[in-house]
Amino acid sequence: MEIKIALAGNPNSGKTTMFNDLTGSAQYVGNWPGVTVEKKEGRLKGHKNIIIQDLPGIYSLSPYSLEEVVARGYLVNEKPDAIINIVDGTNIERNLYLTTQLVELGIPVIIALNMIDIVRKNGDIINIAKLAEALGCEVIETSALKGIGSTEVAERAAELAEKKVAAHMPSVFDGSVEHAIAHIEESIEDKVSARYLRWYAIKLFERDEKVIDELKLDPELLSHLEEHIAACEAEMDDDAESIITNQRYAYISRIVSISVVKKRKAKYSTSDKIDRIVTNRVLALPIFAAVMFIVYYLSITTIGDIVTGFTNDTLFGSWIMGPLTAWFAQIGVAAWLANLIVDGIIGGVGAVLGFVPQMLLLFFLLSILEDIGYMARVAFIMDRIFRKFGLSGKSFIPMLIGSGCSVPGIMASRTIENERDRRMTIMTTSFIPCGAKMPIVALIAGAIFNGAWWVAPIAYFIGVAAVITSGVIIKKTKPFAGNPAPFVMELPAYHIPSSTNVLRSTWERGWSFIRRAGTIILAASVFIWFASSFSFSGGLHMVENMDHSMLATAGNVIAPIFAPLGFGTWQSSVATIMGLMAKEEVVGVFGVLYGVAGDALKMVDSGALSGLSPIASHFTALSAFSFLLFNLLCAPCFAAMGAIRREMNSAKWTWAAIGYLSVFAYAVSLIVNQLGLLIGGHGFTGGTAAALIVLAALLWLLLRRNPYEQAQHLAAQATK
Amino acid sequence: MRTLKDVKIGETATVVKLHGEGAIKRRIMDMGVTRGADIYVRKVAPLGDPMEITIRGYELSIRKHDAEMVEVI
Repeated sequence: MEIKIALAGNPNSGKTTMFNDLTGSAQYVGNWPGVTVEKKEGRLKGHKNIIIQDLPGIYSLSPYSLEEVVARGYLVNEKPDAIINIVDGTNIERNLYLTTQLVELGIPVIIALNMIDIVRKNGDIINIAKLAEALGCEVIETSALKGIGSTEVAERAAELAEKKVAAHMPSVFDGSVEHAIAHIEESIEDKVSARYLRWYAIKLFERDEKVIDELKLDPELLSHLEEHIAACEAEMDDDAESIITNQRYAYISRIVSISVVKKRKAKYSTSDKIDRIVTNRVLALPIFAAVMFIVYYLSITTIGDIVTGFTNDTLFGSWIMGPLTAWFAQIGVAAWLANLIVDGIIGGVGAVLGFVPQMLLLFFLLSILEDIGYMARVAFIMDRIFRKFGLSGKSFIPMLIGSGCSVPGIMASRTIENERDRRMTIMTTSFIPCGAKMPIVALIAGAIFNGAWWVAPIAYFIGVAAVITSGVIIKKTKPFAGNPAPFVMELPAYHIPSSTNVLRSTWERGWSFIRRAGTIILAASVFIWFASSFSFSGGLHMVENMDHSMLATAGNVIAPIFAPLGFGTWQSSVATIMGLMAKEEVVGVFGVLYGVAGDALKMVDSGALSGLSPIASHFTALSAFSFLLFNLLCAPCFAAMGAIRREMNSAKWTWAAIGYLSVFAYAVSLIVNQLGLLIGGHGFTGGTAAALIVLAALLWLLLRRNPYEQAQHLAAQATK
Repeated sequence: MRTLKDVKIGETATVVKLHGEGAIKRRIMDMGVTRGADIYVRKVAPLGDPMEITIRGYELSIRKHDAEMVEVI
């Protein structure tokens, strides 16, 4: 018989570590049906019949956040055989708040009192016998990080599941509340299963809309229950939801006072001392700037560059492509086939894999910052700025990761609880130049601007400016109107990073980038090679001059669209379209289409700029800059669009995001190119007029009064 | 009415009541800001908002606008 055990606990309670410890590598990761909350499932090591279901990290079982609704939906509808509740022993009061809700579900519960090593180190004593008695369920001490107790908890949970020993419900609530709940229980006894009776009764008392909808009670009964609830509220002078929450915490305070002896703390712990410096009013921003500088300096300029150079030149150049070409020549492979394999496939895929070391290093350093607890402080420090344009401090983390690759960046937006903030973050994250856009920057800088140093910083500046501008514009639109969401965030104590967690998260993020190399980029490389070497006109045949290829034919059709932006050639059009497969393809395509002798991407890397002169002859400084702007800001690569689709979980929102990015990029490039032409003395044309109209529209969107603010203000006053 | 927003850095206050309603109120209460709880104001972020408080033995960041909902003495 299969046994299902759910793993529930607060965020930061060590749940992920415990889950990895219990299931090893045999995990299934997906999404909960219909929502973008991550669903992880695995089998207990050494017990094939025991399934461990990881629930999202939650603080409560309220009906307000997506994670909480998912968790309670699973617990009530899927009926797991037991719950392991992970409780952070160093933060016991708030963690037990969830416990008081879990034991009401009528499912066997066992508490894993986690981080017990730190509790002991702090000199605190937790009497687990007293705790177990007061909570009505077993308590086992664990330290998931050190591998203490995890297996014991899981095995014990399985035993309880087999015996079906539900938690003994503790009496949490006071006289009149308990009376009202008992009354509700009586009235719905025949409508819900006995196991969940108490859960439903308490939820009805709280006027939980989701439960009221689910039960479809008859209105007469509902109004009868309402009388009891209202009477209780009048007696306690508070609303029902607050009464329940207050009494839960009051109950927890009582049990903590009898079962936990806290050693009198030194005034400041090590974590406090670090925090006093790191988030100090004066030092916080300089320290933050310094940390970011070190992260990017290490991963892009020094170590990352060396490793990337090795991968590109030595590994792919000397060790793979050279010998392979020689070998093909030796065994007499047809020239076109050798060309396809060496230049088309290995060149294309290798160019992408060249970025992997840089990216892994960046993700590694960011994962360390995350695991230490610094990222929460970054959100704390940056919140004020980000709120100004409709985001929250938490939006900063996806953008940092997005500077490596937009795909994990967009995925990191999951930690933002509020749906509006999350959507806005997903829409704007890809404005931040990712690692794959850097070659485009380097190409334009190298081929057109003589390798000027300022092109790269300007690219980042443009990205940040686009995020800010978009934030302000989008904030004032209807779907994003309404009251701002609360920003209450736990600031976990700093701790030494765990190597397993850091490596796991580095790999998961890096993998989403690498995987593209073997799939979409491989296909794109073959496609470009084919489409630029063959023509359909007069039957499929290979062409000598690329201007006659089917790619040129297609490019010429699209080119007029980009003409107002200053790069209406078929080569630029094809490069931009190919950039949708992977942004670094833009450089490769340029090299091929403009007839650069050799690998353009490699020339950019090694600084051999003279080889790029065929490209320079097709561009002016203005049209090159406009091209760069458009490619930095427009819709991201397909992999990132896929990530947007997954995280938005709605086709409508996905198209809205992609449409917005493209229109915004087009507008900005149009303005820059046309006004640049005007200033350059090319006279006032229809294009100039169009650019001025677009500029005026953009400024209006940016500076207009928020039309929904008034309504919000009035609504806020009404509630006061 | 004195609210959490008015408590100075380094001071401790006790929660009297939470105003407001719905999701925001429930979220703040779920985090342990309930009647009778002691709140120690640790610091304010470098740009003046949000503030960092200690509640029930852990650290929580809360925006000043939301802190206005928490009545304290």
